[in-house]
Amino acid sequence: MTSTKKDPVLVILQLTGANDYLNTIVPYTNSLYWDNRPKVNIPQDLVLPIDDELAFRSEVEQFKDIYDKGNMAIIHGVGFQNSPRSHFRAMDIWHTCEPESIGIDGWVAKVIRDLDPNGENVLKGVNFGQGLPRAMAMRGVPVTSVNNLATYGVFSSVRSLASEDERTQLLDSFARMYAPAIGTGPTMEYLGQTGLDALKGADVIKLAPERYSSTIEYANNAIAKSLKDVAQVHLADLGTQVFYTSHGPFDTHFDQSGSHAKLWIEISGALDSFFADLKEHNASENVVVMLFSEFGRRVKDNGTGTDHGAAGAAFVIGDRVNGGMYGEYPSLKTEDLTQGDLAPNYDFRGFYASLVDKWLGLDPIPIVGGKFEQMSFV
Amino acid sequence: MPERQEIALMSHLMRRAGFGEPRWELDVRAEQGYEAVVEELLHPENQPAINDELMYRMLPGYEGAQAPPINQADWVFRMVNTKRPLEEKMALFWHQLFATSNAKVDNPPELTRQIAMFREFGMGNYRDLLVELAKSPAMIFWLDNHGNHDGATNENWGRELLELFSLGEGNYTEDDVQNAARAFTGWSIAPKIPRNPLGRFYWRFEYKPEDHDEEEKTFLGHTGNFNGEDIMEIIVNQPASPRFLARHLYRFFVADEPAVSSWNTTPPNDPEAIDLLVNAYNESEGDIRSILRVLFNSNFFKNSQYARVKSPAELIVGTVKIAGSHQGFRPGYNNLALECGWQGQELLNPPSVEGWHTGTAWIDAGALMRRVNFAAGVLGDTSQPGVRAMINWVRSAGAITPQQSIAACLDVMGPLTVSDSTLRELLTHALKSGDLVWDSDEAVAGSEKKIGKILTLIAASRDYQFA
Repeated sequence: MTSTKKDPVLVILQLTGANDYLNTIVPYTNSLYWDNRPKVNIPQDLVLPIDDELAFRSEVEQFKDIYDKGNMAIIHGVGFQNSPRSHFRAMDIWHTCEPESIGIDGWVAKVIRDLDPNGENVLKGVNFGQGLPRAMAMRGVPVTSVNNLATYGVFSSVRSLASEDERTQLLDSFARMYAPAIGTGPTMEYLGQTGLDALKGADVIKLAPERYSSTIEYANNAIAKSLKDVAQVHLADLGTQVFYTSHGPFDTHFDQSGSHAKLWIEISGALDSFFADLKEHNASENVVVMLFSEFGRRVKDNGTGTDHGAAGAAFVIGDRVNGGMYGEYPSLKTEDLTQGDLAPNYDFRGFYASLVDKWLGLDPIPIVGGKFEQMSFV
Repeated sequence: MPERQEIALMSHLMRRAGFGEPRWELDVRAEQGYEAVVEELLHPENQPAINDELMYRMLPGYEGAQAPPINQADWVFRMVNTKRPLEEKMALFWHQLFATSNAKVDNPPELTRQIAMFREFGMGNYRDLLVELAKSPAMIFWLDNHGNHDGATNENWGRELLELFSLGEGNYTEDDVQNAARAFTGWSIAPKIPRNPLGRFYWRFEYKPEDHDEEEKTFLGHTGNFNGEDIMEIIVNQPASPRFLARHLYRFFVADEPAVSSWNTTPPNDPEAIDLLVNAYNESEGDIRSILRVLFNSNFFKNSQYARVKSPAELIVGTVKIAGSHQGFRPGYNNLALECGWQGQELLNPPSVEGWHTGTAWIDAGALMRRVNFAAGVLGDTSQPGVRAMINWVRSAGAITPQQSIAACLDVMGPLTVSDSTLRELLTHALKSGDLVWDSDEAVAGSEKKIGKILTLIAASRDYQFA
């Protein structure tokens, strides 16, 4: 396909462990916030107001700056009915779009399948991190998962090979050993496909660090490193349209104040470096970053932290995002809470569907499993 | 001489109940007889333990290691060198089930102590183990029970105890979670000594009666002024407990199962096997050793060869054990520990309280590449003592054809049975490189190199990914 218009790219940043909505988008003028959060709050002198009701915490200036420039949509009250307080069940639901039953296939994998129906580019979807998230897993959909961009390639560590010729011969044997064969069973087939994908992906992705150069200095923390890796692969123009990475742990039952602040300071700085890097290479306008977490945390604090809650906030960031607030901040009134938690008022599948439809240009129904209300933040 | 089939079964047992053993040691085991070996594995107390004093003298820095990966290397050293393989494998089992992570605990020595506790209690009574777990300072800190107070409960430990450690989702209510949490109020840790400037200190379990909720609690249909031990007593007598434990044991030792988060709605692949393990639990009143005895002697276990994807620790430790690359006190265990993390299983730092996703979830393109590169790199290195021994073992058959050389290499690496497609490619490769002959120095060097390449390919095969 020849086109001067660049394909849309989606970067998914998962906030693992349940991010505290109330201390991320702080309802600082609501007395119920102060009543419920006597200990675990963002003090008045540390709020960074967005308007006369809501605020960020003051340490995330760069994050606020993105919002002020109109490049961030904040989506309120995201979640689903009967939200389980279990991280794993909730994350499974977010990953598979199956709140009622146990889902197998990941929604991101379905996106990748629809972006590349013949599975021609194993780098269409790339995960950075340890292990593949369930959201990207689906039999027959090749994806690449990279732990370390710098060293990636089959037999790259077999020191006993005397020459590159010997390595090539072994790689040929490897490809034949992993070739599809009838009647070997689903696990062998999965291994075969994954092995061949690894072989292909490695050949291409090694171009990314070779081609990369930038004046941007990323901070030395995990999310900054991950977003730098995303930038390298994006800038190498390898056809990747979905990136996945995560940051955490956000499971702040205890001693929340310091750890929650640290995580958000890291994210705020990493996103700032990431977009500066893309802009330096004139490669930012086809990129949207979305942030989500499996659920929010309980309205009432537990003294030093917060327990598992329900509704949360999601974020969409990018040059082409219609910045602002979307949806409604759920009510903090006792009678409106469900088991002490903010009641979700926007189905996460509508949030996904908006991105899938309006940003990636795909039919969202088979991906999110039905028709859900969309928003127009992109 | 035992039949090849018996050796293959012994190889299977030692891969599952331990971390695998070199081919020639399996001959000795097989002579002992299968059930006798199971009995030996079930009684680690009859075998010498790792001598901690000696180990810490020979491996300076390991004792009370303050930071990853040295604390992880301490454990990998034990996996490779233990004479009590099942004790070590059970420690890994409990670490997977009661997953506690340094990401939050931030006290490596304390986690190392938790693993030592699993060694001590991991094959005893389930109730005793759960009580020890509730007293484990690393666990208390990990799931915030030191922040669980009379009148201000923190439900984290109470919830995960029921959901992830003993009953499974769907077998308790939200009220049960709250009441379990209340029963564990006061189960805390003594004030910690500040880390700076001297480093981390061990923590200590402390029961604080003044912070314990003395009101009546209703838990799983029982009512009383319960304390933590009472909760464990009620849990281990719930029908859901043995089923949950049985499914975890089956998944860890026998065959891959659907993801744990689906167990509430997905039945086990082999319900009869689970029933058998549940009966063993009930008959022995939760004696873990008795359940394991039934498991390893069962037909479903014996028929489960290659039915599990190896975890990274199994792949890495199993590979270095047969390659003989890491025996005894020597440097290099740090790299093995790091490698576990790079393949997706950072020991003592699982991704969450859920533990690792297992089975095909270990495998994605990045992880598979690391697994292949690691095993092929180690087993293709003909200077490693175990690899040299394998070469000599193959050489003892004299001059052999390409077909015979493949059969001999598969035998010495397991014995392994591989799929037709793998076998075909191995043969194609061997036919190109020709017979193994040993009649001159040059021929010997050539044959050794050929064997090295065959071992590299076997280690890189799909089949090698299975335990």
